[in-house]
Amino acid sequence: MKLDLILRVGTKLILPFILIFAPYVHFHGDYGPGGGFQAGVIIAAAIILYAIVFGLDAAKRVAPQGLIERLVPLGVLLYASAGLPAMLSNKGRYLDYGVFGHHFAHAHEWGILIVETGVIITVSSTMLAIFYAFADRSRR
Amino acid sequence: MSSLQEHLPILQILVPLFGAILTAFTRSGTTAWAIAAVSSAISPFISAALLIKVTTTGQPISYVMGPWAAPWGIEYRVDLLNGFILLLVSLIGLVSIPYARKSVAQEIDSHKQSWFYTMYLLCLTGLLGICITGDAFNAFVFLEVSSLSTYTLIALGRQRRALVSAYQYLVMGTIGATFYIIGVGLIYIVTGTLNFVDLAARIGPAMPELSRPIIAALAFMTVGISLKLALFPLHVWLPNAYAFAPSFATAFLAGTATKVAIYLLLRIFYTFFSNAIPFYSLPISEFLLVLSLAAMFVASFTAIFEENAKRMLAYSSVAQIGYITLGIALANKIGLAGSLVHMFNHAIMKTALFFALGAMVYRTGVARMSSLSGIGRKMPITTAAFVVAGLGLIGVPGTAGFISKWYLAMGAIEHGWIWLVFLIVLSSLLAVVYVGRFIEIAYFREPSSDIADSHEPPLSMLAPLIALAAATIYLGFDTRLTGGVARQIADFLLSGVVLGGTQ
Repeated sequence: MKLDLILRVGTKLILPFILIFAPYVHFHGDYGPGGGFQAGVIIAAAIILYAIVFGLDAAKRVAPQGLIERLVPLGVLLYASAGLPAMLSNKGRYLDYGVFGHHFAHAHEWGILIVETGVIITVSSTMLAIFYAFADRSRR
Repeated sequence: MSSLQEHLPILQILVPLFGAILTAFTRSGTTAWAIAAVSSAISPFISAALLIKVTTTGQPISYVMGPWAAPWGIEYRVDLLNGFILLLVSLIGLVSIPYARKSVAQEIDSHKQSWFYTMYLLCLTGLLGICITGDAFNAFVFLEVSSLSTYTLIALGRQRRALVSAYQYLVMGTIGATFYIIGVGLIYIVTGTLNFVDLAARIGPAMPELSRPIIAALAFMTVGISLKLALFPLHVWLPNAYAFAPSFATAFLAGTATKVAIYLLLRIFYTFFSNAIPFYSLPISEFLLVLSLAAMFVASFTAIFEENAKRMLAYSSVAQIGYITLGIALANKIGLAGSLVHMFNHAIMKTALFFALGAMVYRTGVARMSSLSGIGRKMPITTAAFVVAGLGLIGVPGTAGFISKWYLAMGAIEHGWIWLVFLIVLSSLLAVVYVGRFIEIAYFREPSSDIADSHEPPLSMLAPLIALAAATIYLGFDTRLTGGVARQIADFLLSGVVLGGTQ
């Protein structure tokens, strides 16, 4: 592992930028290309890069498999739950984001942001779960 | 309470959907099963409430998502047709779930059980979603939700060949779904709408002559969905998928997945194109008629010579789907009612048969006909239930199958096609042969060594089986739910179609 010093230092340098770029893409999704899906893939890519350079065990200390497997449904839960508040508070139907704010557009921005947060969680954890599943195979 | 009433259509989807999400959090098979049981138990009540409301008011129930009004936003729309199918799917879910516990515990690795229930609930969500939605694209999304979870359910079978079968189905199913979405895309380009009701209004009067993209769209959608419903000769994925999937998955899918695809086909023929009337301007009836007959005969013949009992039942499913599409091809009130009744009855009977066979596999570990010889002496109740459902499949008077075939025969007579009645009876004789072959093996042979120490399955598996076998008999006498509702639906569907279009 000593030989790839440049690779390791380079990775450590680049990782924070990848991780900051992800939320940028995430929040940018409202106005232009981007959104939860792309951001989720970028987050997963950061951890996969970490796993490639520092080893699978190190990556699993950062993002434990058990946690990842629970983040997959957590994102879907958030996604699906975004529609519930209006229904439960009796102010509208399912997927009515009007309850999140006073102004129509503003409330919908919030609603979509919640949905996109669900997407970012599920996409990044699903990518990692797939990566772990394949990476583990070769070791058995 | 009034607000709960108002939200029933979306709750029909949300209950299994949230159930699926919750099961994904747990790693315990028992907890996951409990969540699945609660979701599956609530679903039929919602469907029943919806169907009762539709039948009493005579008006479809509409529910739009969020603040977007119907043609723009996604609309859930429950009318008689999908109310009936929703009830069927959720009822099969309800009777399946007690059966699942023991069967899944034996066949699926313990760390995968909770995922299995997640996939089951997602499949239920997708199937109910296809039924309830009033939006062509939303139907595609639910079609994919149910298909992707189905592939996983099949791939979780114990033998490695389950993977190949799942992959085969994945390829075929994806082609089917792609064809459907190509059709939807073409229609969207021409009409600019995806809402079923809006589509019907726009395709008809606006276009006195069917334009070429509309015909292409109809063709794409028909072929795509025919792949999903396993219409002969697009059925090749079905026997392996049913044979290698876990027993519970086979039983559940046999009762629901193909039926929902048939529903979607009916929806396209009678709602999308209700004003465009494909049945008299295009030879759809003739095509369906020939393919249905081919399915009834070729698949039944294959079933006769099939050595694996699960595959035998799978081929029988292809044949029975032939009867259902035959009713659609007849396109008159009685024939269509027969097709709907047979959808319901076949779901009940085939699920019962797969339950019985699954129980045999649970105790013996084999599904080969020769290995199951003498099973009637070791597992008398299970085998008896199998025979009852098998008689229903043949269409013996006093069973549910007789009612549906009676309707189909009446529909054929109304068309003036006496020869078709003869063919229906003849193909039923083929069912006598393959069901009779199983009866002969099960009762009149010495028990084989494979089944020497087997006995009746646990009560949780036996009870749903007996319930379905009893339903097979009951629906043979009381036809208010099946025949009565089906005739109303046929009336409702045909109200927009010119009668006797093929002549």
